[in-house]
Amino acid sequence: MVRYLVRRGGLLVASLLFASVALFLLLRVLPGDPANALLTVDATPEQIEAARRQVGSDRPLPEQFVTWLGQLVRLDLGRSFVSTLPVGPEITDRLAVTVPLALTAFALAIVIAVPVGYLCARWSRTWYGATISALSQLGIAVPVFWVGMLLVFVFALRLRVFPSGGFPRAGWADPGAALTALTLPVLTVALVMSASLIRYVRSATLDVLHSDYLRTARALGASSAEAMWRHGLRNAAGPVVSILGIELATTFLGTVVVESVFALPGLGSMLVKGIMQHDYPVIQGVLFVSTVTVLVIGFLADLAQRLLDPRLRRASSGRSR
Amino acid sequence: MTRRRRSLVAGAVLVGLLGAVALLSLLWTPFAVSDTSGGRLAPPGGAHLLGTDRLGRDLATQLMVGARIALLTGLGAVAIGGTLGLAAGLAAGFAQRWLDDGIAATLDVVIAFPTLLLAMLVVAARGASLGSAVLALGLAMSAVVARLTRILVKRVLALDFVTAARTSGTSWPRVVAEHVLPNVWPTLVVNLALQFGLAVLAEASLSYLGLGPPPPNQSWGRMLQEAQSTVLTAPAGLVAPGLALVVLVVGANLVADGLREVADPLAGRAS
Repeated sequence: MVRYLVRRGGLLVASLLFASVALFLLLRVLPGDPANALLTVDATPEQIEAARRQVGSDRPLPEQFVTWLGQLVRLDLGRSFVSTLPVGPEITDRLAVTVPLALTAFALAIVIAVPVGYLCARWSRTWYGATISALSQLGIAVPVFWVGMLLVFVFALRLRVFPSGGFPRAGWADPGAALTALTLPVLTVALVMSASLIRYVRSATLDVLHSDYLRTARALGASSAEAMWRHGLRNAAGPVVSILGIELATTFLGTVVVESVFALPGLGSMLVKGIMQHDYPVIQGVLFVSTVTVLVIGFLADLAQRLLDPRLRRASSGRSR
Repeated sequence: MTRRRRSLVAGAVLVGLLGAVALLSLLWTPFAVSDTSGGRLAPPGGAHLLGTDRLGRDLATQLMVGARIALLTGLGAVAIGGTLGLAAGLAAGFAQRWLDDGIAATLDVVIAFPTLLLAMLVVAARGASLGSAVLALGLAMSAVVARLTRILVKRVLALDFVTAARTSGTSWPRVVAEHVLPNVWPTLVVNLALQFGLAVLAEASLSYLGLGPPPPNQSWGRMLQEAQSTVLTAPAGLVAPGLALVVLVVGANLVADGLREVADPLAGRAS
C-alpha cells in the first residue's frame, strides 16, 4: 500500500507539473501577446513596451515560467488585468458558491442514482425496469444547460417558487436566500448527473446479481437481501466508486455552464468572463485551481478504491498491466 | 430483428434525418439566415414555422443551419480525435516499455482534464471559431481514443496467432493491417459514435457560453442562449434547439449501441 501511495503520489505531482507547463505554454506560445489585453488598437510602440514590461512578456519564456511557478508555490495567482485586483482572493470568494453547489448536487445525484440503479437492475426483466433504463439513456443525451432553462421556466417563471437566477449580495450571511438561490442549480446538475450514474450502478448491480458467489450464498440458505448485503455490496461498490471520482470532477467543472444559466457568481462564470476579456491571470488562475482539484479528486478516488477492494492491493505488489 | 439491430436502425434514421436537414440547408432554407423581415419575436406558425428571434430572424432557418454546425463539429472532432488517437494508441501499443509508460501517463493526465475546460483553454488562446471548437474537441477526444486503442492493441498482440505471425517475420505494418486493425476497429467505431454525441453536447455548451462559432454559423447552443433572454415573451424558442440536440445525441448513442453487436456478436445474446 505504501509503495502504491508513493507511486500514485508521484503520478499526482508529475501531473500537476505537466498541467502547469501546459497551462503556461498554451497561453504564451500561441499567437497574441498577453499584453494586448491592456492595450487599445492605436497603442504607440512605447505603450506596447510598457504593457509588455508590466505583464512580464518581454522576458525570455523560461524566465517567465520560473516566475510563474514561484508565484504558484507561494499561492500567488497574480492580479487581474481588467480589475487589477488579486486573482487568488476572488477565486476563494467564488469557491463559496461553486463548492457547495457541486458537492450538494453530487450528494443528491448519489442519493437518486444508487437506489434507482439498484432497482433498475433488480427489475431488469420487467417493463418498468426497462422504462427507467430508457429514461436514463435519454438523460445522458440532454444538455445540462437546457435542463436548467426548462427548470427555470417551470419553477421560476410559471410557479414562481424559486428565483430564476442570481445569488444574494450578502452571500452565505443570508443563508435562507443563498439556499433558495442554489436549489434549482443543484437540482439541474444532480438530475443530469444521476442519469449517467444510474447506468453505472445498474450494470455493477447486474454483474453482481449474475455472479457465482451470490448464487452460492443463496444456495447455502442466505436470503436475497442478506446475500446482497454481505457479499454483493462491496463488489458492486468498487466500479461505482471509481466512476464517482471522475463524476465528482466532472460536476465541479460541469457547474461552469450551469452557473451561466443561473447567473451565479461562481468559478465557472469567472472563467467565462476572463476568456471574453482576454484576462490571462484570471484564466490561468481559475484553470489552475480547477486542474488541481480534479487531479486531487482522482488521486483520492483511486485510494478509496484500493481500500474497498483488497484484490487491487494485492495486485499492486506485482506490476499490473 | 434483435434489440441491437433495432437500435442501429432507429439511431441511423434519427442521425440521417438531421444529416438530410443539414444538407438541405446548403441548398435551400425558408429564409436567408440574416433576413430580419419577419418582425421581432413572431409566434410559431404561418410563414415562420418556428417563429422568429428577437432580431426578426427565422428560427426554422437557424435550426437547419444549426444542424450543419452540430454535424460538422461532431464529424470534425471524430476525424481529428480518431486519427490522432489511433496513431498514438498504435504507437504506444508497439513501443518499448518506457515509451509506452510515458504515453500512458500523459494520456491519463490529459483525460483527467475535462473536455469542456480544454476546449475553453483553446478558445482562450485561439479565439472563438468553428475551427477552435473542432480542434479542441478533437484533441480532447484523441486522448480517450488513444487510451482505448492502446489497450485493444496490447490485447491483440498477446494473442497466439499474432505472436506466430510476428516471430515468423511478418513486418509490423503488415501485422497492423492484417491482424491488429481488423480486431480493433469494431470496438473503436462504437466508441467513436459515443464520442460524437459527447462532442456535439460540448459544442452546444461552448456556444451557449458564447465561446462557440461566431455568426452567421448559428449553433443550437447559441440559439438556446438567445432564447433564454426572451423566455418571458417567447418561451417557444426554448423547445426546438434543445429537442434537436437530444435527437442527434440519442441517435448517435443508439447507433453506438447497435454497432456493439457488430463489434462483439456474442455480447447481444448474453444479456
